[in-house]
Amino acid sequence: MLLISHGRVLDPASGTDAPRDILLDGDRIAAVAPHGQLASRAQGAELFDAKNLIVAPGFIDLHCHLREPGGESSETIETGTRAAARGGFTAVCPMPNTRPVNDNASVTRSILERAAAIASVRVWPIGAASIGSKGEALAEIAAMKQAGIVAVSDDGRPIATAKLLRQVMEYCRALDLPVIDHCEDSSLFAGAVMREGKQSVRLGLRGMPAATESLAVARDVQVGELTSCRLHIAHLSARSSLELVRAAKAKGLPVTCEVTPHHFTLTDEDVQYDTRYKMNPPLASREDRDALIAGLADGSVDAIATDHAPHEPALKDVEFDRAPFGVTGFETALGLGLELVHAGKLSLMRLVELFTLGPARVLGIPRRIAENEPGDLTIFSTEHKWTFRAEESASKSRNSPFDGREFRGAPMATIVAGRLAYQR
Amino acid sequence: MRIVEKTQLMTATEIDRTVQRLAHEIVEKSGGTSNLALIGIRRRGVPLAKRIAQAMRGIDGVDVPVGILDITLYRDDLSKVAAQPVLQSSDIPFPVDDKDLVVVDDVLYTGRTIRAAMNGLFDLGRPKRVRLCVLIERGHRELPIEATFVGRGVQTSDTEIIEVRLNEIDQEERVMLVERVP
Amino acid sequence: MVVPFRFGHMLGIEPLSAEEILFLLDQSKPFQEIQRHPLKKLATLRGKTVALAFFEPSTRTRISFATAAARLGADQMNLQAESSSLKKGESLLDTVRTLDAMKPDCIVMRHSSSGAPDFVARNLSLPVINAGDGTHEHPTQALLDALTIRDRRGTLKGLNVTILGDILHSRVARSNIHLLSKFGCRITLCGPAMWLPRELECLVPAGTSIRRVTRIDEALEGADVVLTLRVQQERLHEPALALDEYILQYQLTPQRLRRAKPDALVLHPGPMVRGLEIDPAVADGPQSCVLEQVTNGLAVRMALLFLMIGADSSSERDSSHAAD
Repeated sequence: MLLISHGRVLDPASGTDAPRDILLDGDRIAAVAPHGQLASRAQGAELFDAKNLIVAPGFIDLHCHLREPGGESSETIETGTRAAARGGFTAVCPMPNTRPVNDNASVTRSILERAAAIASVRVWPIGAASIGSKGEALAEIAAMKQAGIVAVSDDGRPIATAKLLRQVMEYCRALDLPVIDHCEDSSLFAGAVMREGKQSVRLGLRGMPAATESLAVARDVQVGELTSCRLHIAHLSARSSLELVRAAKAKGLPVTCEVTPHHFTLTDEDVQYDTRYKMNPPLASREDRDALIAGLADGSVDAIATDHAPHEPALKDVEFDRAPFGVTGFETALGLGLELVHAGKLSLMRLVELFTLGPARVLGIPRRIAENEPGDLTIFSTEHKWTFRAEESASKSRNSPFDGREFRGAPMATIVAGRLAYQR
Repeated sequence: MRIVEKTQLMTATEIDRTVQRLAHEIVEKSGGTSNLALIGIRRRGVPLAKRIAQAMRGIDGVDVPVGILDITLYRDDLSKVAAQPVLQSSDIPFPVDDKDLVVVDDVLYTGRTIRAAMNGLFDLGRPKRVRLCVLIERGHRELPIEATFVGRGVQTSDTEIIEVRLNEIDQEERVMLVERVP
Repeated sequence: MVVPFRFGHMLGIEPLSAEEILFLLDQSKPFQEIQRHPLKKLATLRGKTVALAFFEPSTRTRISFATAAARLGADQMNLQAESSSLKKGESLLDTVRTLDAMKPDCIVMRHSSSGAPDFVARNLSLPVINAGDGTHEHPTQALLDALTIRDRRGTLKGLNVTILGDILHSRVARSNIHLLSKFGCRITLCGPAMWLPRELECLVPAGTSIRRVTRIDEALEGADVVLTLRVQQERLHEPALALDEYILQYQLTPQRLRRAKPDALVLHPGPMVRGLEIDPAVADGPQSCVLEQVTNGLAVRMALLFLMIGADSSSERDSSHAAD
């Protein structure tokens, strides 16, 4: 048993913002009560003093890359989940663009077996939409669902054609799986390495306009309307895309979206030739960033997801054009989210919702602090001052644009299935 | 490290008298001035060369051309200077081939500047003869170089510096012996 | 007199001030003069080594830098992309580190990726001269163009400059835009619309007169300087423009040139394709400055090498041992 005492519980599902003690027994939450009332039940329990700390439901990262199988020099399930735990995440959803691609049940099972043996947090894999994510034939989605995937995506790439997307969505609606799309128009994307704008022209780097993403969002929303399947837009980065999502929601369509911390923090002006600022979708304009922040606050954005994309130094230490897209993100996500709270742009409860209830709703599962719920909790400070150093990260990779950044607020303990997965 | 003035070696009047005397000497010892030309070494060799040429005009109306040589590119010690000098153009508006040249500089010390000057001149052509005229000769030669025409010879030590000041460059006119003092 | 400016790297024109640019042009003058000597070889950089790392094919710029180094008496290390281990998959960083291990005094590099010299400068402690990176900058080209313009016109200030061609993909255009805008020139960019994005106007400081024009006649009106760019026929990731279309709308012909001022200068970074972007009569006509550009290129590159590696900046000897 584990007793979390003196904490301030923030539970978006019930709207609770109050001092509460929480007793964990086994892998479940056994009881939640005002401070002191659990003393007798908690005899013999381990104690965790959460004084001055926030106790939230366990964070869920809807979008990450653990690279295993096939890319172990950049990350493994072991190192990635350790980094996730340090970031306060209790569950992560790795994308299927591994080698081999997670497009069939045996790859799904091998990932889950590995995770069961070695992972610090829950691993909920996302299966490929098409075989090899090649955009031609449907992957073995039903078999993968049985094996344990929670959603379907061809991430790394868009789902290739409207026709394929329709088939995938029809199929997934019947299986009650959400379809997550990396929205991108291939012809506008081709050869581009950053957002098209003043900065790309100044630097002489090929850019892609915001329409690269929003054209595909428009396609997906309309195809989604034909199928009534749950559609989730991955790493949304542009104001124009957000407007399409808002309009879809207003029509009552089951469309959701996520935004990454680097997209709500940085802009294309931050790109010089440092490959730690190269990712896809690329850093966008100030107007886009400000629109995303407004969307986070007003509910148009459902979740914060990291798109943690590790690449070993040998891959990233090259000219900008040649570097692969991607930045790490587990360990800096909460700190960056808290910057918005400290700046008054987001309430703390809303931030917690974006990390917990929001992603849970996308996956169609509950996430709250209540009796009998899974014992997943994220305990964090809103004040603890620390500096993120990439070389101290638990990830195998160092490609973060936030190396050296000072934060105010950090994850202090991550509890997964009733056990401490991480403590600062 | 401070610079301390020790003695004044030449006043303005003495400089002028010396220039006049050097001009006469060069004319006398050149066996004809039709092929003669002066080359002033930047920076202070230049006004000196021009003044000598002017003096020569006064002697028997001889008009000796004056060229300007910047030796920065020809130095052998460029890597060793702490402060990189600004490069300026040379300007030698006459062919050097077969000319009777007199190189003019303010101070002759180790001889390296003159060696660089000769490198520069020989890049331009093949002069008939090259002689050296200096205002002050101070010993301590590191190369086998001598001046044919000397304004004044001075004994110096290594820590001493000869400072030549000319109106055209320094807005004052004198020659001083100064010393670097720790 | 001591140099007022030091250049650790020469990666682009954008960060330079107008004073630094004028200083570089002034320092190029003695090297212009040297090109007229019968004996053009100096020993100024004897014992120094210049590494030439051209990852993108180039004949003219490479020969120009090689000659500049040779005339200053420097030795060279030569890397050419076609015959390099890059073909075998060696990374850029490994390649330059290998060169660096042989201790050159500077590296002159050309690369097809914008920002590659910046990347190398960040990873090595060696002065880097950018001989052209992707579509980003080609600083020595802009400097030699400026020297040519200043020699012919007497000034760089307030001139009407028209740049003609594929501006979006031209590093020569960018460097020239950066340079000339620092001198209050009025800049007109002219070419096919898809190669003239609005953001080009943001390259210059506020208050600079810069405009984009798709019609060549309008663009040439009253120009003091016309800078003609090369036309790249194949573009990766872009639909090509038919050459006849380009010739029809943008070839610099004598008739079109008459719209510019009578003594307008015509510059071209080379190599020219007579009959494509430029009419042969203009290319070989009295207003064409292309040959001077080449000579000035040598002078500018000699000046740059001299300034960047001539004096050892880590030396502690004081100037009393300087010229006596």
